[in-house]
Amino acid sequence: MTAHHAPAPVSPEDARIAPKPRLRRFQQASWDEKLIFELGSPGERGVLVPAPDPSIAPVEIPPTLRRAAPPALPEMSQQQVLRHYLRLSQENLGADLNIDVGQGTCTMKYSPKVNDQFVRDPRIAALHPLQDEDTVQGVLGIIHSLELLLKEISGMDRVSLQPAAGSAAIYTNVAMIRAYFAARGELEQRDEVITTIFSHPSNAACAKTAGFKVITLHPDADGYPDIEALKAAVGPRTAALLITNPEDTGIYNPRIEEFVRIVHEAGGLCSYDQANANGILGITRAREAGFDLCHFNLHKTFSTPHACGGPAAGACAVREELAPYLPRPTVEFDGERYRLDDDRPESIGKMRPFYGVVPNLVRAYAWIMSLGAEGLRSAAETAVLNNNYLLHKVRQIPGVSVPYAQGRPRVEQVRYSWQKLHEDTGLHSEDIGLRAADFGTHYWTSHHPYLVPEPMTLEPTESYTRDDLDEYAAILAEIAREAYESPDTVRTAPHRSTIHRVRPETLDDPATWAVSWRAYRRKILGGAAR
Amino acid sequence: MTSSENFVHPYIPNSVPSVRQAMLEEIGAASIEDFYADIPAGIRLHRPLDLPAPLRSEAELTRHMEELLARNTSTRQVLSFLGSGCYQHHVPAVVDEVVNRSEFLTAYAGEPYEDHGRFQALWEYQSMMAELLDVEVVNVPVYDGFQAAGTALRMAGRVTGRRRVLVATAIDADKLSRIRDYVRPDHDVTVVPVDPETGSADLDALHQELAAGDTAAVYADAPSALGIVDSSLPRLAELAHGAGALYVVGCNPLTLGVLAPPSAYGADIACGDIQPLGIHQSFGGGNAGFIATRDEERLVAEYPSRLFGLAPTSVEGEYGFGDVAHERTSFALREEGKEWVGTAAALHGIGAGVYLALMGPRGMREIGDTILAHTAYARQCLAQVPGIEVPYGDALHFADFTVRYTGGRTAAEIRADLKERGIYGSVPTGEHEAAFCVTEVHSKADIDRLAAALEEIVK
Repeated sequence: MTAHHAPAPVSPEDARIAPKPRLRRFQQASWDEKLIFELGSPGERGVLVPAPDPSIAPVEIPPTLRRAAPPALPEMSQQQVLRHYLRLSQENLGADLNIDVGQGTCTMKYSPKVNDQFVRDPRIAALHPLQDEDTVQGVLGIIHSLELLLKEISGMDRVSLQPAAGSAAIYTNVAMIRAYFAARGELEQRDEVITTIFSHPSNAACAKTAGFKVITLHPDADGYPDIEALKAAVGPRTAALLITNPEDTGIYNPRIEEFVRIVHEAGGLCSYDQANANGILGITRAREAGFDLCHFNLHKTFSTPHACGGPAAGACAVREELAPYLPRPTVEFDGERYRLDDDRPESIGKMRPFYGVVPNLVRAYAWIMSLGAEGLRSAAETAVLNNNYLLHKVRQIPGVSVPYAQGRPRVEQVRYSWQKLHEDTGLHSEDIGLRAADFGTHYWTSHHPYLVPEPMTLEPTESYTRDDLDEYAAILAEIAREAYESPDTVRTAPHRSTIHRVRPETLDDPATWAVSWRAYRRKILGGAAR
Repeated sequence: MTSSENFVHPYIPNSVPSVRQAMLEEIGAASIEDFYADIPAGIRLHRPLDLPAPLRSEAELTRHMEELLARNTSTRQVLSFLGSGCYQHHVPAVVDEVVNRSEFLTAYAGEPYEDHGRFQALWEYQSMMAELLDVEVVNVPVYDGFQAAGTALRMAGRVTGRRRVLVATAIDADKLSRIRDYVRPDHDVTVVPVDPETGSADLDALHQELAAGDTAAVYADAPSALGIVDSSLPRLAELAHGAGALYVVGCNPLTLGVLAPPSAYGADIACGDIQPLGIHQSFGGGNAGFIATRDEERLVAEYPSRLFGLAPTSVEGEYGFGDVAHERTSFALREEGKEWVGTAAALHGIGAGVYLALMGPRGMREIGDTILAHTAYARQCLAQVPGIEVPYGDALHFADFTVRYTGGRTAAEIRADLKERGIYGSVPTGEHEAAFCVTEVHSKADIDRLAAALEEIVK
């Protein structure tokens, strides 16, 4: 017990509580946490497993199939496992914690907590996909209803929710395009897919994986996909156009109908990558622009959490003539009862086990149901307002430019360039990102190839407040100021993160890359004991 | 037109009209319509979307969802013997605690600086899977085991430069569908029928197929679609290698506390699904795939997916992480990369890592022993039911197994009668054949109850 002292008189000056500084002081948790293999000790247990009833005989495993030595997994008590992972979680900056507008093209928005409650309920989490249809009418109804919602949102005729993610949905669309032309006997002739350099790499990569040759359109002087290049590329070999609109630059291609018409006139199909749909929900749809297929990333546009890079969920929407090729099974409704239809002879088959990433389908359904038509439109309009507000703020920062389409607004995101700052200071966009971590936020440059030099893509979405956007812009302005006034501060960042700059050389050299603990021990430690 | 002018939703802070107006004024825009100037009128939707009225309050939404959930009856409420690619295992509470943390659940593609924890957790997942599989390279999870099998076979095809893929063990029809679609441009898939008596690989038939040449890979599942862990798995490796092909084995990682990992009997690439490692069934939404190889450059170079590596930082004594050989990927090279990579199923990898750390070597051995014992016991019990034949008598089974109904009733009828008795099971695999599955969550009494119910039903 401490002795009780009468308080000394305090002057008003001493009692002054200073307001918070303009920029947030931030220090990320840094537990200096060991690798899990360096923790625990032999014999410790994290969980106990049911043993068979004593009357049930153990099974003899033939020697060739028996494991020779136990796997060298960590041996840890339960609290040690929990503590290790909670420390790692503290060393991770989820979207719930930061103003996550720096991961442009990925539509980082708020994932409502109540939706997570629905998917943790055993009546979703503990459903088996081969249960009798009578016992899963609720979840089949959710899947079917979500299909109908996305049908209206896209304007297309039929939807499949089976693809496991956005890229899986791109691939699913390409597989349906392949099946469509195969059924018409045109597949040998139509072996080319046209895409654009600003589209997600998966458009090009999925087309190639499915056996198509890829033709890439580059932007014209204003940053729009080059229509002359399209006219030169299109022809009897064209199977499809895979295109995003707005592109990842944030620029909406006003001639999109003409693009679609040119490809249709050549006999090709048009597939709309709607990864950037968030800014145009309820404003314009794939149907009105003339597309034959489109896809959505449910984890982006429809607010399911991004989960460190998945599980995600994808949706494919198609016109009637492509519906026979949709993945099987489809969910059908006769007015009273939902059922799964596996009898679809022209289907491209299964895209994943069972019916889709169901927890995310439930979340996306709940999100759309909570907003309705008015709310989706408000989300789109607010996202676009936020984007142009941030554009207005960022444009005033020295060293930043906004390439292409001068004087035109941007839709959901903007691809900026720090080229001027780079020329003035030698610093790269990546350096700015590393310094941004010191202010408690995430920043990513952009996809390769860097057509826009020293790129930065910001996508504010509808989830962030005006204060959030002001704070993010102030962080960038502060880093730009530092770049010009004390560039070493930026060059040596991060200073307040869990770790310092990674030396990446070892990651590309087969002699030193270490994908696992045992590879690290063999290659780096030379087999040394822990 | 700004139709949403007075719609202020808790998820959309700047929908407050006065805030909107102030922001527009600061930008110098008259209305939000200014920002849509590039979208031609001809492709506008000139009406509101035709959607149900919103359930704006959380209370209304919860009530609506509750009504829908009430129309499901889960495997917690009844006794379930369903498996066939999605498994009912106990998920330790700590797994759920970790994967539901906001920091992991809502993070995305962060850098090693603000997302160090994600990189370390996924590297540790790779490392623990590598111990289980006795290899040095395991990828960050892909979508599911089907995708992993398709990719593993394409990897084998690129390494060998050959065309044919031979499937040597009984394979799930849906998995085969996925593999066929995925390898179609480069590979033809031939399923070598298994011996109908033993349910195991027909080595003579496989030998003949291999003699035809041009085989990129021999593929086997362990356990197979019949639930059988084939005693000829090591022999398949010899046959594949003798023909210059790679040996690709799909395996259930939960077996590997007691069963030899594929690398131990000659597999060049192992693949499979980690759903059994602490991931909920979620109506089939909980799958995630792994691919594993030796640390050979020719194999590592063929992974399309992300491989996280341990790396030094500028400060001694710190562990950093990053992408190994990033230039393999479509992220770096678009169509010139290997297949494609995008958002897949990383969080399931973190969860599976927590599961493996909790289980440790002893837990993995015990769960393997328990499931093997339960499977054998269930097969014995059901074999004694008049009207049921349990085929492939001597073969080692893990979790899944099949039965034949000889009493004349169909598998569908028996399944319906079981459901009436509060038991999910008997997935039809033919008119009079069905699949069942037991795991560690079942007790002897559960299995006895199934046998007793079937005794009343099958004839």
